[in-house]
Amino acid sequence: MLRDEVGGAREVPAEGENVRELLDDLMDRFPALRAQLVRDGEIAQFVNVYVEGEDVRTLNGLDTPVDPGQTVILLPAMAGGS
Amino acid sequence: MPTYRELLAQLRSEIDEVDASRARELLASDDPPLLVDIREFDEWAEGKIPGAIHIPRGNLESRIENAAPDKSRPIVLYCAQGNRTVFGAKSLGELGYTDVVSMAGGYTDWKRNGFDTELPGGLDDTQRARYSRHLLIPEVGEEGQLKLLDSRVLLLGAGGLGSPAALYLAAAGVGTLGIVDDDRVDASNLQRQVLHSTARLGDWKAESAKQTLQELNPDVDVKTYRERLTSENVERILADGWDVIVDGADNFPTRYLINDAAVWHDIPLVHGSIYRFEGQVSVFDPARGGPCYRCLFPLPPPPELAPSCAEGGVLGVLPGIVGSLQASEALKLCLGVGESLAGRLLLFDALMTEFSEVKLRKDPECPVCGEHPTITEYVDYVEFCSGRPTHA
Repeated sequence: MLRDEVGGAREVPAEGENVRELLDDLMDRFPALRAQLVRDGEIAQFVNVYVEGEDVRTLNGLDTPVDPGQTVILLPAMAGGS
Repeated sequence: MPTYRELLAQLRSEIDEVDASRARELLASDDPPLLVDIREFDEWAEGKIPGAIHIPRGNLESRIENAAPDKSRPIVLYCAQGNRTVFGAKSLGELGYTDVVSMAGGYTDWKRNGFDTELPGGLDDTQRARYSRHLLIPEVGEEGQLKLLDSRVLLLGAGGLGSPAALYLAAAGVGTLGIVDDDRVDASNLQRQVLHSTARLGDWKAESAKQTLQELNPDVDVKTYRERLTSENVERILADGWDVIVDGADNFPTRYLINDAAVWHDIPLVHGSIYRFEGQVSVFDPARGGPCYRCLFPLPPPPELAPSCAEGGVLGVLPGIVGSLQASEALKLCLGVGESLAGRLLLFDALMTEFSEVKLRKDPECPVCGEHPTITEYVDYVEFCSGRPTHA
């Protein structure tokens, strides 16, 4: 999921001190991501963002710090099964 | 509030009891009652009364209607001492059973009288051969295999995920499989839905699945539900009594519906979903402390942002991998061994051949499994997933 929005890549580098800056950086470069990730200035409820495997909602949300080299996973819900 | 002893004494006065000798006479009569052993599996495995069927106390209400559809049929319940059956008999009375007795003194008294007992079912020679590779594994063995034969797994969908999951569960000897699917076999299915075949194009998937599974393993009883799961039929389907549900649905409304139902019925739900090269697998089991699907995704994406496999495509083998992982989780849950994926979401990327994992936490604010649930009955799931604001 979301690969179409970033030109087919499964992993893209992004810059920022925290999740908010990192997502802003991504959405500036890939505007199609915005509708997939954000609702009313918050992470949409049908997307989870993980920093090093931890859901940022259980950390500091958009203010969760991201260190250089850490992996951030953007995970939208997907329903397919057939 | 009464103590356990007081409640037991009170209920005992409200139900009918027979002693072991009288139960034996009834069982020897021309029209014997249904004899139900309501002890736990390990107690049953050590010995039982000949002719008894086994329904553990925890499943009595959900399974009795299958075993005794006629509520006027005489039923004798027994447990170890004759206490659990007091509660069981009371409960069956409330379900409308009119001739239920509890065997006073239970299996202990039966044995003390020197009456016949036997080891339950055991495996016959054919089964020993069929399941020999399971019998060699310490975590399964004969006891585990009997547990599997006694287990009931409901599969939502006989499609991409349901196909490998059902095949492996049937091969493993899960005694009862339920299959919910309202679709027919289409040519575009055969690239991945390995339960079906070219010869079955146009057939109901549920019936095609049943045929394939019974040819694979005649030990397995396959129940088919040729219908789409809805708020209207979900209670009827769950009333048949299931230990584990495998979710291979292809749409959000069904996924939220089965999540809510599984939470309310305390049934572990093995989740799998697929898209192109990517798969997700987890186990939702709030009854044993884990999160539910709504803890993971409180809301579905609006439909325009959520392409299905029919719209976006899927690598044919991907459901084979994800559905097999679901079968593995379901088997572990039936056996009660190992660590399930409860609290973890496993991500698979076939394009990179990479597995990764993220932590899932139970949301105390979850509207269904949280501390103060705000959704306590089925909602309109199509509306809920339509992307329009709802008051739920």
